[in-house]
Amino acid sequence: MKLLIQPTKIAFWLLLAALLLLPFVTDALLGRGWVRIADFAMLYIMLALGLNIVVGLAGLLDLGYIAFFAVGAYCYALTGSPHLALAFPSLFPGGVHLPFWIVLPLAALVAGGFGVLLGAPTLRLRGDYLAIVTLGFGEIIRIFLNNLNAPLNLTNGPQGISRIDPIRVADVSLNVTQEIFGIALPSVHLYFYLFLAFTALVIFISQRLEKSRIGRAWMAIREDEVAASAMGINTRNLKLLAFAMGAMFGGVSGTLFAGFQGFVSPESFSLMESIMVLCMVVLGGMGNIAGVILGGVLLALLPEVLRHGVVPLQQALFGKTLVDPESLRMLLFGGALIAMMLYRPAGLWPSRVRRRELDTDEAAEKV
Amino acid sequence: MNNTPPLLQLSSIGKQFGGLSALSDVSLHIRRGEIYGLIGPNGAGKTTLFNVITGLYQPNTGEFQFNGKNYKACKPHVLAQVGIARTFQNIRLFANLTALENVMIGRHLRSRAGVFGALLRNLATRNEERAIAKRAGELLHYVGIEKPGQTLAKHLSYGEQRRLEIARALATEPLLLALDEPAAGMNATETENLKALLQMIRASGITVLLIEHDVKLIMGLCDRVAVLDYGKKIAEGVPEEVRRDPAVIEAYLGGGNE
Repeated sequence: MKLLIQPTKIAFWLLLAALLLLPFVTDALLGRGWVRIADFAMLYIMLALGLNIVVGLAGLLDLGYIAFFAVGAYCYALTGSPHLALAFPSLFPGGVHLPFWIVLPLAALVAGGFGVLLGAPTLRLRGDYLAIVTLGFGEIIRIFLNNLNAPLNLTNGPQGISRIDPIRVADVSLNVTQEIFGIALPSVHLYFYLFLAFTALVIFISQRLEKSRIGRAWMAIREDEVAASAMGINTRNLKLLAFAMGAMFGGVSGTLFAGFQGFVSPESFSLMESIMVLCMVVLGGMGNIAGVILGGVLLALLPEVLRHGVVPLQQALFGKTLVDPESLRMLLFGGALIAMMLYRPAGLWPSRVRRRELDTDEAAEKV
Repeated sequence: MNNTPPLLQLSSIGKQFGGLSALSDVSLHIRRGEIYGLIGPNGAGKTTLFNVITGLYQPNTGEFQFNGKNYKACKPHVLAQVGIARTFQNIRLFANLTALENVMIGRHLRSRAGVFGALLRNLATRNEERAIAKRAGELLHYVGIEKPGQTLAKHLSYGEQRRLEIARALATEPLLLALDEPAAGMNATETENLKALLQMIRASGITVLLIEHDVKLIMGLCDRVAVLDYGKKIAEGVPEEVRRDPAVIEAYLGGGNE
């Protein structure tokens, strides 16, 4: 008879309790702004996990991944705001106001469709060539969003779309403070819990996919595409599936972003964002879900830590701000990447296989 | 045995790379249950022919018939599906995956779970996964890899890597197992083990096509042999005959300068 509770179970419940308390603790210690930062960190984690499927599992280097985030965000921006009244005044006099929970799956599908759209012409490309094409794709989407305000004002161009409907859960708006069991939950807390649930779902899906027949086939393609196809893997379909699955994660994250922000504009979807997400995957440990989450948290928090820490520190030391936190961020970031490539080439928290592989290599060196 | 139609029938296969004719008018047939050898000097077109049969190259002319059906310009995964499995001259394992995972990937074709199966992990999927892992373990044992299945493929010894490739190919349940120089770089003991393994595979009912440089292995193992030279078939028959064929001797030793 087993009376002992497994340690992993205890760890899980402790983690869950910590995460549930996190917004309150953060709010009390650091201020409400940091809860908002935590919300964004989770959006980034979802993006990084989506990209991890494409890059980490299937080995397809995608430098335009943020485009799928943009597609998801604009899906909700267009269908959940008064904006379309400008383009089609007679058809939608007050704009389209579809409920968030209807838009979400549709946006995921649209983003997945865009994933296939990007995947189909690039099936024969690998490595650097694929990276260039995906980079171009990411830019095309952004430039389209920037310029589709004429002749028909679809995206409102660089001004972006504002007044997007807040997300409602069971008819409760997440945009205002709600009282549940006598506890006041401000908007950022409510979004925190919503995003936490979605992040958990995305982690669950990632894990299930990784340890499945499909996940193995993706890894086979990553390792050797010719051998994979000789073993009967339909590389075309599975690569498209990887692009579509990754894009769907991006689309979901984008939809949540649009509802949370209430405003989207093309500048949120620059190449730099794609690179940030890719860095989260690489820094954390490509192919390892826990590593990717760690990378996402670190890189999402870094600029904020610098912004809130560096300026006061410089003020205290020198009496004025010598280095702007934004440029310091790039400096530190570059340094961190170089250091990582030198000392931890497989990432901060490498996947099981990669760690073993490095261990054995070291053992071999010692002999 | 001669009455049954051959498993693989090639009819005037030709393949050009630009102006270079790598294969011209090659016809041959492989009977069910035999070990068929393909030999020839370097650059004779053996591997090209192999790549045509396994779908890596599309032939410019000719067609081939496998298990009673015609195939032309098929993708490798389609040919794997109908029962042609192969290994590679320069080993192409999934190097950073474990030995077990390598063989499990070979089971991809013969299993069905898709995205929904993976997400729901329902009873059928769990059973299938268990069966895949079990079969993969058996195949590792079958080819004589006794290291733990969790060893990365790239950390296996050279001979084990060759055998792992065979196990991975067998996992696809082929009718025809095509091996591209499986004994290359092996020492005498490893070659002997390989020979025993190939005989065991044939005994289990799988037809074997073998490209090999090691003439001794070919002669001792193959039922019939074809010799390629400059992209043409110059001889075919039982090993003893082929060995004495003047055209073959000339191809291997070069024409005399009399």
